[in-house]
Amino acid sequence: MDLNLSLQLSIPELILGISAVLILVFGAFRGDKGMTSVSALCGVALIAAAFAAAFSAFGKGYNGSLVVDGVAVFAKVAIYIAGLFIIVLGQGYFDRLNNRRFEFPILILLATLGMSVMVSAGDLIALYVGLELQSLALYVLAAFRRDDARSSEAGLKYFVLGALSSGLLLYGASLIYGFSGSMNFVEIARYTVANPGVGLIFGLVFLISGLAFKVSAAPFHMWTPDVYEGAPTPVVAFAAGAPKFAAMVLLARVLQTGFEGSEHSWQQVILALSVLSFLVGGLGGLMQKDFKRLLAYSSIANMGYALLAIAAGQSGVAALLLFFVMYMIDTLGLFSAQMALKRNGEPVSRIDQLAGLAKLNMPLTIAITVLALSVLGMPPLSGFWSKYFVFGAAIQGGLWGFAAAGLVASVIAAFYYLRILKLMWFDAPPSDLDAAPAEAKWISYASAAFAFPGVAIFLWLAYDVAQRAAIGFGS
Amino acid sequence: MTPDIGLAHFLAVSAILFTIGVFGIFVNRRNIIIILMSVELILLAVNINFVAFSSYLHNVQGQVMAMFVLTVAAAEAAVGLAILVTFFRNRGDIAVDDASMMKG
Repeated sequence: MDLNLSLQLSIPELILGISAVLILVFGAFRGDKGMTSVSALCGVALIAAAFAAAFSAFGKGYNGSLVVDGVAVFAKVAIYIAGLFIIVLGQGYFDRLNNRRFEFPILILLATLGMSVMVSAGDLIALYVGLELQSLALYVLAAFRRDDARSSEAGLKYFVLGALSSGLLLYGASLIYGFSGSMNFVEIARYTVANPGVGLIFGLVFLISGLAFKVSAAPFHMWTPDVYEGAPTPVVAFAAGAPKFAAMVLLARVLQTGFEGSEHSWQQVILALSVLSFLVGGLGGLMQKDFKRLLAYSSIANMGYALLAIAAGQSGVAALLLFFVMYMIDTLGLFSAQMALKRNGEPVSRIDQLAGLAKLNMPLTIAITVLALSVLGMPPLSGFWSKYFVFGAAIQGGLWGFAAAGLVASVIAAFYYLRILKLMWFDAPPSDLDAAPAEAKWISYASAAFAFPGVAIFLWLAYDVAQRAAIGFGS
Repeated sequence: MTPDIGLAHFLAVSAILFTIGVFGIFVNRRNIIIILMSVELILLAVNINFVAFSSYLHNVQGQVMAMFVLTVAAAEAAVGLAILVTFFRNRGDIAVDDASMMKG
């Protein structure tokens, strides 16, 4: 195993890690007034890393700890671009609060570095270190408005439950290591196929529970609504998409590489999590009054669909990749729309405050309508295609009943999106809104334009890429 | 001479510590500091597992992992205490039942 090759394979991570440290020093000299230039530098680092990842060679480095394959590259590019948008959103958000702090873009950079290690993890050490780097950065980001009681409560809850989930995951990792004798996924698989045992199953269940916490799959979802409600909106827009994508790819890799050939021992667990998630997400959202809490339940339901794609096995991997790109863009759009809405300087947080939006701000109303219809899965919007691929993969994998249950849950979830649409289009507005900030407004329009018709171009370009990326996965 | 202390004993100790840690998070209704201590307890329980397996298997990877876990545990305690300080400044209290502004 040659060091040069390993370094070459980890160029995106090296770019992110080294630039994060250098930019941190630069920021410490410039102070908080330098946030704009720090943001710009972090953006450049992310773009450079995205290019390095897109053109990177495939292979394994560091004795199999780092796996660069099609899936890892696809996920990395998507995650870096998501990070870029969040830095733009966060810059505007903290500017308007008059609460500029240069650590924000750097923490985003470190979180993307953690996710990038997660999607390339080839053994349990890389899995744990990547996951913790991502989580620690996100705990701090959730509590980033330190003068705001809600934000610090959100950070505290996220931290406590996140630390517990890391503990569960780690306990599982220790059992898997102990009973298989190796940290490396490929060797674990080789051992597991030959000698399945109760110790390994035990460890696997702990590991799955830990990761289910991170992706907020029911019944490990209880932190999600509180964190989404309290944390600063750009942070939530980030936490709702990219980290879950990384954790799902990681889960798929652990299960399909590390437990390849013993599908019978994990498929039922994943299916149970999946069904619970879309039921809890669908039913829990019905009672919500806060817009961000509603989106939290919607994200729980969507994680159910992503888990269904994982349970489908090899054929679900391409569906998982496409699903997450489209889902990340929809949530980014919805959260930036929420950031764009303010009344008398206060953010519009309750759903009933959206009443009569069509009479106040037509373009944003159209954007929210398109995005909401997309998330509920109306054809021909992007959300329909993401579910179409997942259900397609599930049916191909013989999971008919579960696909049907998912369809029913998405009909239940449709109710709460339709309620938002009714409020926006047909009710009377209480009073005027403040002018919408430019960057939040435009990101929201752009996401709506992606949901339709941009999705056609995206699928034309990315469908084959995702299919090809998924071919070599899990072996 | 301790000839009959084997892998199973270490695993039992670690499982007991792990369970105490998990219960410390859920049962404790008083103080958030206790939650931080429980989190540390969980991570150290896992470390016992890793080192015991590593010695049993004659494989050094487990001890490498234990080093990583110790480092991450230190970082986690720092982040946790920092978040706790901001929480205390906003509320003036760190009782567990106090963290209930958001519900539903």
